[in-house]
Formats: sequence, C-alpha cells, structure tokens
Amino acid sequence: MTELAFRTATTVARIRPPSALSATLTLGWRALLKIKHVPFQLFDVTVFPIMMTLMFTYLFGGALAGSTQAYLQYLLPGIVVQTVLFLTVYTGVGLNTDIQKGLFDRFRSLPIWQPAPIVGALLGDLFRYSLAAVVVLIVGLILGFRPEAGPVGVVLAVLLMLVFASAMSWPWIIVGFLVRQPESVMTTSFLLFPMTFVSDIFVDPRTMPAWLQSVVAVNPVTHLARASRGLMHGSVQLFDIAVVFAASVVVTAIFAPIAMRLYYKER
Amino acid sequence: MSPAIETAGLSKTFGETRALNGVDLFVRRGMVYGLLGPNGAGKTTMIRILATLIRPGGGSARVLGHDIVKEAAAVRAKVSLTGQFASVDEDLTGHENLVLVARLLGFSWRDAKARARELLRAFDLEDAARRQVRTYSGGMRRRLDIAASLVARPELLFLDEPTTGLDPRSRNQVWDIVRAIAGEGTTVLLTTQYLEEADRLAERLAVIDHGRLIAEGTSRELKASIGGRTVHLRVSDPARRDEARALLAETLGHDVHDGHEPTLLAVQCADDEHVPRVLTALTARGIAIAELALAQPSLDDVFFALTGRPAEERPTEEAA
Ligand SMILES: Nc1ncnc2c1ncn2[C@@H]1O[C@H](COP(=O)(O)OP(=O)(O)OP(=O)(O)O)[C@@H](O)[C@H]1O
Ligand SMILES: [Mg+2]
Repeated sequence: MTELAFRTATTVARIRPPSALSATLTLGWRALLKIKHVPFQLFDVTVFPIMMTLMFTYLFGGALAGSTQAYLQYLLPGIVVQTVLFLTVYTGVGLNTDIQKGLFDRFRSLPIWQPAPIVGALLGDLFRYSLAAVVVLIVGLILGFRPEAGPVGVVLAVLLMLVFASAMSWPWIIVGFLVRQPESVMTTSFLLFPMTFVSDIFVDPRTMPAWLQSVVAVNPVTHLARASRGLMHGSVQLFDIAVVFAASVVVTAIFAPIAMRLYYKER
Repeated sequence: MSPAIETAGLSKTFGETRALNGVDLFVRRGMVYGLLGPNGAGKTTMIRILATLIRPGGGSARVLGHDIVKEAAAVRAKVSLTGQFASVDEDLTGHENLVLVARLLGFSWRDAKARARELLRAFDLEDAARRQVRTYSGGMRRRLDIAASLVARPELLFLDEPTTGLDPRSRNQVWDIVRAIAGEGTTVLLTTQYLEEADRLAERLAVIDHGRLIAEGTSRELKASIGGRTVHLRVSDPARRDEARALLAETLGHDVHDGHEPTLLAVQCADDEHVPRVLTALTARGIAIAELALAQPSLDDVFFALTGRPAEERPTEEAA
C-alpha cells in the first residue's frame, strides 16, 4: 500500500518555496484553526474581565460615578482594553508550546521566510483579540453600555487596541523563548495587573495621591483606555491616540529585534 | 555524484558537555544508514547539525554536496527531519497538519489537500484524518510525523529514533514505511538505540558513544567483530554467578560480562558450537541454569565488545 502512494507522490514535482506573504498567511490560518478547535480557550479568558465588569459596576459603580449605568459607560471601554492586553500573554504561551513540541524545528527546517511562524502567530492573535473584544462588548451592551459614537467609534477603538496589543505581544514572545514551560509564561503575566490597574481603567485618578497620579499619567494603558473611551463616546483627544502610537512604536522597536534574535539563536 | 553525507571532524559542545567529538561519517546515496548509540551518545545532536537546525562547533559537513553552514538553505530544500519527539500540532487534525506543511512548502491549496489525502491513505490514517492529533495513539502520531516529512519528496530523510516507545505492531509499520521510502530511492539516516532495528533496516551503521564514532560497517561486520551470537544465561543461584563467569571465560577463552540482573550473564559465542560447551561446562561444575536464551548481540553486547564496558546511561538534561 505505502509503496503505491509514494510513487504517485512523484507526480508532485518540486514546488517553488512560498512567498513571505503566503507563508505568513498560512501560519495565520493555522492560528485560526486552533481557535476553531479549542474555542473554550477564548471564553476562558473573557470570564475574568466580565467578572470584573460585573463587580466594579454593581459594587462600586454607584459610589464611584453616581449610578451603576453611568459608571458602566466609563468602565467598559477600559475593560475591553484590559481583556485584550491580558490576551497578549497567550502569544508567548502559544509560542513556547510550539517550541517545546518541536513544531518550531519543523517550521525552521522548511524553506520559508523565517519570521513567518512568529508573524503568522501574531496575525492569528489579532483575530483572537478582536473576538475577545467582541464578546466583552456584547456583554457590555446587554448590561446597558451605550457607546455614543456608535459602531464606527467602537471599531476604531478596537483597532487602536490591536495596534498597542500587537506591540505588547513582543515582550511575551521573548518570555516565550526564554522559559522552559508554557506555565512559566503564564506566571509572569502577573506583571499585567499593575499595568492595567495603575491606570484610569477603573477610576478617575484625581483622587489618587500625587505620585501615583504621575505614574498613571505616564502609563500608556491610561492613554489607550482614555482614547478608547473617547472614540466610543465621541470625545477623543488626539493626544491620547498619539501617545498610544508612540508607545507602540517604542515597545516594538525595543522588543521585536530582541525577539527575532532569540528566534534565530539556536536552542 | 556527491555522497549523501560527508563529515570531517564534526564537533559540538554544550557548555561542559562534548556532545560530538570529531566525527567522520560517510554515507552513500540511496541507502538506509543507521546511527546507533545509547542515551546521550550524541545522535540527536548529529542529526540536528546535519539538518541545519544547529551549527557545528567544529569540523565540517556536506549534505548532498552542499556545505551545511554556507549553503544551509540548499540543504534545507532537499532534506527532511522527523525529530525524536513528534512535531505535529496537537490541536489540529491530521489532515490539517499535512495541508499546513504542504502549503509551507509552496503547494497550492488544491495540491496541498490532494497530497495530504494521499499521504493519509498511505500511512493508514484515513479514518483519523479529521480528528485532532491529541486523540492519536503514539504510533499514529509517529506515522503522521513521518508523513509530514514526506510531503515534498526529500532526497535525504533524517529519522531520529522513529520507533522508540512504540508497540511491536506500530514498530513494524514504521519499519515497512522506512523500507518503502528507501525503495523509492530516498536516502535515510536513522538513529536508534536498538541493534536489532539497525540490523533489520540499515545497510550500514555507525556506533557512537560519548560523541565519538567507535565503529562503522555493515551489521554483519559489526556482529562478526563482536563474535557471533550471545547466550543470555540465568543461573539459579546468584551467589554462584562469579564462579560461572570465571568458568566460562576459561572455557571460551574470552571475557564474559554480567547482565543487568544479579543472576544474568551474557556470553559471546563466536561459533554455535560453543553453546553446548557452555552448557557442558556449567553442568559438570553443578551450576544450575534457570534460563538460557540464544540471541543476536544487543547494543550492550556491542558496547562491551567495542569499549570493554557496558553502555552506561549518561545523565541527560532535557534538551530544549
Ligand atoms: N541544547 C543542549 N544543551 C545542553 N546540553 C545538550 C543539549 N543538547 C544535547 N545536550 C547534551 O549533549 C549530549 C548528547 O545529546 P544528544 O541529545 O545528541 O544524545 P542522543 O544520542 O540523541 O540521546 P538520546 O538517545 O537520549 O536521545 C547529552 O549529554 C546531552 O545532555
Ligand atoms: Mg536523541
């Protein structure tokens, strides 16, 4: 049986290596298949932000903003930001799993544009971020979130989040290369807690001590949350958008080259 | 035509460990070549260097006529590697895994799907084609992994311990596959810890230990150098093993070594006629034999013959 099949295989002439774009898209397709086969992963990661939304809105919302509904309008865009940022860890987790499973060896031994496995994974992750954002937004809408700028504002806000999240994926890619187990990548994700909490996602920083206010002010997450709120409700400050872009460029410029160096380094 | 593999003084050091220590290897095209060695011998390191996944620390190597460092891309385009641990995506189905590899080799979607189906049929995986790989058995996973290495017909296929951990039936399937691949003219370099496997599949083999090549030749030559067959003998009384060992060494005129258990002895018999002499000698001395088996020499026997010590296991740190 085997022999026959190998022989028919000879009809497949040696093919030309795929272009960089085609290889990247194929690996992006792989990421989508994983979402299709393991959809629960996606819902897993939205449970936490939804819990946060419910807790903050109904426990503290009234006290913080006068009414739970008023607070929800403030909180939800920031929660979407938080959801997407927490997902960036999974880029590192997925990568680490692939390395441990030997998949990267296979990819690396193929005649493809070498960064394709990483860029492809990032593409898939962007889709994953968008899906998670949609899930949280739908829950928000059900609870009474009403974006004043309508769907266009919401879409623009999510796009801005994707820009920043793809930059923030690079540090996790580095962690993914450095640690030995996917679980270790997860443990380092606690770093995201201060990053998202010391921002204005949950409360207006005006009541915080001055030193903390200055930390919040330089945290790019604050600007992303502010810009997202602005875009969704139609009161965006260009300054916040500019800061988000600048921060994305800086983070990528620092971490992407390190990540690529680690990728090329033999393991 | 250039040989499939030609290395000179190939070396590699990981920290303090000399994984490869000046290996000269020559593999003709079109044969199945076996690389035999115990845990930590340097088999995987050798294969990963030849497949251009890691760079050699010293020495040089040409694969299918191309320098593995300077012309790595050319080597990569002609060889395929099935690593020691299945490198397939557990979340994807078998079919999707093969389509993925085919696409990355430059197949169109249509050809990729056709090729995937063809290979799944050839490897007896049709029924499992639409199932996630995480539900596959070890043997199925191995077959899929090998299939993935054959999507584009490589001129040289590296198989790193293709049957370790498989049950006898799956092992036979893999052996059939290797023979079929070789039958199509692909050169195969496989590593194994089992002399029997190398013996059955490989035309020639090299024995490596502690990163050094300690013997090379056909399995017949190798076994002849060890001295025919091995009698595995179990004495009833462990206290008398030393006595039995000394007696047999005297009778046969060469060293006899201990087996892994306190009652076990492994006796090389260059000649089948030596077997009755072993029996006679022991019975005459009144040493009771609990069990006696005539076998091909094992890797241990080969090692003992070549190095004068058993193939001890080195502490292997998990290689990342
Ligand atoms: N990446 C690495 N870092 C450090 N040491 C390594 C690395 N890879 C291999 N080694 C060491 O090099 C030696 C040879 O390893 P190698 O994996 O080549 O052996 P092997 O013959 O394939 O063994 P096994 O039968 O266990 O697969 C071992 O001592 C191993 O610990
Ligand atoms: Mg190995």
